[in-house]
Amino acid sequence: MKKILLALGLAVSVALPALAQAREVTFTTELLDYGGDGAYMALYLTDASGAYRGTLWVAGKKSKYYKHLSGWARGSRLDPAEYDGLTGASITSGRTLKITLDLDDALIDSGHEVRVDTAVEDMRDNRADVAVPLTTEGAGKPVSGRGYVRSFRYDF
Amino acid sequence: MLRILHGLPGLFAVVFLATLAVTGSILALAPALDRAGAVVPPAGDVSVAQMAGRVVSNYPGTEQIVRDLSGQVVVYYSRDGQAGANRVNPVTGERLGAYQPSAFFVWIRDLHRSFLLDTPGRMVAGISAALMLLICLSGMVLLARRSGGWRALMRPLAGTGSKRVHAEIARLAVLGLLLSALTGSFLSAQRFGLLPEVSDPGPGFPAKVSGGQPRPVDQLQALSEVDLNDLRELVFPYPDDPQDVYSLTTTGGSGFVDQATGELLQFQPRSTGSVVQQWIMRLHTGEGLWWLGLILGVAALGVPALSVTGAIIWWQRRRSSVQVQDNVTVAEADVVVLVGSEAGATWGFTRALQTELTKAGFRVHCAEMNALAHSYPRAAMLFVLTSTYGDGDAPASARQFMTRLRDFRAGSALKYAVLGFGDRQFPNFCQFALEADEALAGKGLSRIQPVELIDRCSAARFSEWGDRLGTAIGTPLSLSHDPVPPRTFRLELAQRVDYGLAVQAPTSILRFRLADAGQGWRSWFFRARRHSLPAFEAGDLLGILPPQEGQDARFYSLASSASEGVFEICVRKQPGGLCSGYLHGLKPGDSVEAFIRQNPGFRPATGTVPVILIGAGAGIGPLTGFIRKNTARNPMYLYWGGRSANSDFLYQPELGHYLKDRRLTGLSTAFSRSDERAYVQDRLRQDERALRKLVETGAQVLVCGGRDMAAGVKQVFEEILQPLRLEVDDLRVQGRYLEDVY
Repeated sequence: MKKILLALGLAVSVALPALAQAREVTFTTELLDYGGDGAYMALYLTDASGAYRGTLWVAGKKSKYYKHLSGWARGSRLDPAEYDGLTGASITSGRTLKITLDLDDALIDSGHEVRVDTAVEDMRDNRADVAVPLTTEGAGKPVSGRGYVRSFRYDF
Repeated sequence: MLRILHGLPGLFAVVFLATLAVTGSILALAPALDRAGAVVPPAGDVSVAQMAGRVVSNYPGTEQIVRDLSGQVVVYYSRDGQAGANRVNPVTGERLGAYQPSAFFVWIRDLHRSFLLDTPGRMVAGISAALMLLICLSGMVLLARRSGGWRALMRPLAGTGSKRVHAEIARLAVLGLLLSALTGSFLSAQRFGLLPEVSDPGPGFPAKVSGGQPRPVDQLQALSEVDLNDLRELVFPYPDDPQDVYSLTTTGGSGFVDQATGELLQFQPRSTGSVVQQWIMRLHTGEGLWWLGLILGVAALGVPALSVTGAIIWWQRRRSSVQVQDNVTVAEADVVVLVGSEAGATWGFTRALQTELTKAGFRVHCAEMNALAHSYPRAAMLFVLTSTYGDGDAPASARQFMTRLRDFRAGSALKYAVLGFGDRQFPNFCQFALEADEALAGKGLSRIQPVELIDRCSAARFSEWGDRLGTAIGTPLSLSHDPVPPRTFRLELAQRVDYGLAVQAPTSILRFRLADAGQGWRSWFFRARRHSLPAFEAGDLLGILPPQEGQDARFYSLASSASEGVFEICVRKQPGGLCSGYLHGLKPGDSVEAFIRQNPGFRPATGTVPVILIGAGAGIGPLTGFIRKNTARNPMYLYWGGRSANSDFLYQPELGHYLKDRRLTGLSTAFSRSDERAYVQDRLRQDERALRKLVETGAQVLVCGGRDMAAGVKQVFEEILQPLRLEVDDLRVQGRYLEDVY
């Protein structure tokens, strides 16, 4: 369980500093028993047009493998400032990653999407293993991924 | 010191090293298997655009195409919301099979990398690789020193048993192991940040793309300019995102391709550092270099064998280095015994000498030769027992002896004797003992008795030396030390053929069989033991224990090999000969105690070079054995001398048969008690030109027989070689002039 105040340099939160209200959001990602080495994962936000907005979490310590998380790598341009302090260990096959972050209210129900890119050594990379809109309605409803993710959900 | 550096890491890390080696050799199969399953069109045949177009028509949801170094092409796609990965034929774009890395290989790889223990395991693996590097380097120096120089490493090795097996395997495997250990250590050091790691971040995402209508992938200009064999990876744009691009990685670098214009954007060549980094990885894994992978794999298989033989050598050395008890100090000693030993074998003899001298009332100080004192105030006798290392060098415990001897002050009363231990297979037999003897004489010391040389730790010769020494110092000594009592077995005489009675040279060909143990459990036991008999070949020695107690074994060259199922020797009855008399008295059915001693230094060369066999009398035994084995029909010439063609022409019918079936190319005989009155040397002189020609083409000479005959033959060969500006010793160091003399 990680608890971090997310300091995203997002346009929305900069534009509305006075109104900014944070909400605690927990992201739970359960992996399949895919049977390989530990998975690298990137959880990040995109806007309604699919453009990268910010990094939520990166699982996996070695930055030389980050390019395999290709959707996130493109968006973040692998700029260390984008993921500084938001990294942890890679996730072993069949295990669950649970992180809790304080997210700006303005990011919810505004067309933003949570995406999860996954990669495992010597196995396929999955750009947008999970892609799910961040809405009040969608909270608490698990969705299944198309790669190594068995189920993903977020709770407010 | 070097030996400790070589052995100690091996002993500690043996389990880890063996695991790394065995898993490594399994992993080494992967590149070859991958290559076997890959379809690789010739360069220039298929472009990336063509290949991608065919793949996309089969896999509309293609997200990424990866080509690994073995040529295998994998497509990552998405279909009905599910992700998949398949191996495809890059020429047709059709499916070859699912891309599913073998769970077995993944498990083996984790075992190899980290002993399944993640970071701590990786650290152990890294340290093991570094130790392996150390073992390889120290081993190469040791082997070079043992063989007498770096060049000598290419020649046949001398020695027997575990040491020889260890050296032979090491020589074959060392370069592969060195490469694996070096690259492995390097990668591990990078993993733990001890060495910088080159990471190629690649070009930044283009700031601006055309955003126009995407074209089909096979019509993109930039992709049609890249040959399939240069492709590493092509990542497709996110579906329906006009702002996205293709990411292209080739062997030369990486960049992006605009999905509308087909233009190559932001291409960045691969940095030199990254190319080097990748090569180090490839040299370690053999990825894309399947032949290298197989070589490294075979080399790695040598490690378990090297570990076992290395441990045996270590154990033998430990066992034979006897601790000296009742040692008196330098100041009190009236007898000093100095030991020069590489492997510790000489210490056993020293201990026997010390015990006998102490029993006789002497106060004995034993030390290694390196510990030569400045002076020995009360000593009257100095004994030096030393082996010789490699090509005439000082053994480990005597390396500083010559230097220390310069400052040595001998009292006028001090007398000395040197006893050398060695193996006649090596050139410069007992060279260091001879040098030490000379050097002591040079210091003005006088000898108790002349230097003596003992071949292969012969217990009998040692005992004889003790007898003579006892007479010289007026105190009888009975020295007995048998370093490694051989494991004997019982042989039964199956057949004998007698020659030479008429010419006073009774010589017999004796064929023994493993004694039948009779009925019941004993026959079962002996059958079981038969399988553990050492392998032997013609040229190896059969040690026979004479029936008299306390007598040393006598050795006879074998004319047969284990596959023939008989032990065949050729024995001349020596006047008054103890063992030869005993053997000549045997009747079929009688049995003897015997054992095998390997003699790998006396073997014909393999390959097609001509072999010249020279022998006299019973020396024909092993030579006939070599001819019998020459089923490859390599050119073999036999020169043999006997007394009379009518009486002692050993193996006459057999040799005729071999000439007919061309196992023997030419036979030349000389008989000394016939009208011709010729010796084998005369025949060699007659054929001088032909022999010189054979030597010029690389021929090998093998001489077997008595010492005088061998000396005569050597003399003739010096004459034959002279026009070639060669000496017998030149051939000898190349392993092309071998002698088995008695």
